[in-house]
Amino acid sequence: MSLILEGFTVDAGRRRLLHIDALDLPSTGLIAVIGPNGAGKSTLLGALAGVIAHRGTKSLDGDWPAPERIGFMPQNFAVSAAMSAADCVLLGRRERLGWRVTAQDRAEVARALAALDLSALSDRRMDRLSGGQQQRVLLAQRLIRDPRVLILDEPTSALDMHHQLEVLDHLRALASERLVLAALHDLTLAARHADHIVFLDNGELVIAGPTAEVLRPASLNHAYRIDSEILTDRNGGAVIVAHRTVSN
Amino acid sequence: MSDLASDQSAAKRFGFGQAGAVSAALALLICLMVADLVTGPAGLPLDDVLRGLMDGPAAEDRRLAVILWHLRMPQTIMAALVGCTLGIAGLMMQTILNNPLASPYTLGFSAAAGFGAALVILFGSALPVAMWIGVPLAAFAATLTAAALVYLVARYRGASPEMLVLAGIAVLFLFQSLQSLLQFMAAPEVLQQIVFWLFGSLLKASWTSVKVMSVILVVTLPFILREVWNLTALRLGDGNAASLGLNVEALRRRVLILVALLTAGAVSFTGTIGFVGLIAPHVGRALVGEDHRFGLPMAGIMGAVVLVAASVIGKAISPGAVIPVGIITAIAGIPMLLAIILLKGKR
Repeated sequence: MSLILEGFTVDAGRRRLLHIDALDLPSTGLIAVIGPNGAGKSTLLGALAGVIAHRGTKSLDGDWPAPERIGFMPQNFAVSAAMSAADCVLLGRRERLGWRVTAQDRAEVARALAALDLSALSDRRMDRLSGGQQQRVLLAQRLIRDPRVLILDEPTSALDMHHQLEVLDHLRALASERLVLAALHDLTLAARHADHIVFLDNGELVIAGPTAEVLRPASLNHAYRIDSEILTDRNGGAVIVAHRTVSN
Repeated sequence: MSDLASDQSAAKRFGFGQAGAVSAALALLICLMVADLVTGPAGLPLDDVLRGLMDGPAAEDRRLAVILWHLRMPQTIMAALVGCTLGIAGLMMQTILNNPLASPYTLGFSAAAGFGAALVILFGSALPVAMWIGVPLAAFAATLTAAALVYLVARYRGASPEMLVLAGIAVLFLFQSLQSLLQFMAAPEVLQQIVFWLFGSLLKASWTSVKVMSVILVVTLPFILREVWNLTALRLGDGNAASLGLNVEALRRRVLILVALLTAGAVSFTGTIGFVGLIAPHVGRALVGEDHRFGLPMAGIMGAVVLVAASVIGKAISPGAVIPVGIITAIAGIPMLLAIILLKGKR
């Protein structure tokens, strides 16, 4: 029961964007994908989501889920359409929508919005919502598809601290029976919420494994070119602090 | 929360729903179509028109029947059909190009139609077919050629909005130049014919053109209806639409073919009628929102409303010599275009 990548390669013309020789992680749980800018995080997530072509194999419990069982949220999510948040979430059921929108469709939309504490925004226009609000509505849109795999490219990038925690708690709950892959820049958030971490640098896999094993100052310092320290907060959680930049 | 009211489409704000707005627009269209039947050089009063409509095309009063059923009726129906077609094609174009200033003409389709028509007007006497069928056929063929050029670029270089617009502008300039070349070569009398065709006029409408236009609409309609949710999803942006499992490039290419067929049908019989395809989608969207289930019918109806209204105005301004409707829509369209640009900029 695992997520396995073998000889997983993405090329853009003659340039190699990503190469992972072998990776083997559990098939459920929250996996954080970390790494400095340009490490290949978005490339890996896009290739897993099926929007970027790749070579090599990917398998989840033996095969790979159909496209409609994969919920992918890209990094550039901004919506400029003047449609309501509820209609936006409704589009998550695109394949199943008929000419008439049924009461069941509406009920599922309301449930998906409520699950992310978005009921108050239901009738608001998407193009008038803040970046963080849009991000949460679009997350609700992906969740209404009941995906086996949820792939999120920086799902907390536009969120305030309260909503970062709220979304990650929600993702953790979802991850009990499905695979959630999320690119995260905030290593402290990754340390607290991820079960496993995939650490990329320069298009290569540095290490993949349980969170506590991956997040060590030695490996972080080299890839991020920082002088880092891992502190422990009052609840025993890890806090990653970067003291200063260093040049390799 | 003070902006909650303005957060909803005009239809919802006034509390009669999107379907209600579409019905109201349809009622307005029918009123305008009756007004169009009543106006004309013959100056028939309303009760004569109503009597003529009741009596049918084979009525005893031949003068009334001919004017109503053979002259005015095809023009009125053609105005509605062409306006509806251009409105629907315009909304689809604005959605796939993600550009509020796009219209069926953005990709050079009208210039191509003009070139095809000019070609036959200039050299048609050598052809074995009659002028009245040769000109629309050539315009239709040229429009599809322009669409094929854009489609080929989209096929091999990717169907991003930028690439489509770039290819379209290249096609636009190509056919405009060719058309100018023909105009330059033409004798003055022929030149006048070409220019009159380019104006866009409903005087060329006949029951044949009404039938052809209806067939094109009926044939394309199932394919359009199949894409309503995909088009609405595309409004979320390429990245979001693609992550919902939608192949956005394939969708753009499919819709491009539909727009080409609709535009070719509309312009080949009436000439290039501008602005309807640009304005109608904006009015439609403002009234019923982004949901293409309502947006497409609304854009179609508003297109018909604009064109039928232009026809009525044209006949009212100069009862003797009917001004080509293409001229009226352009003059009425420019202030509307400016208003859209200004309102968009204010946000």
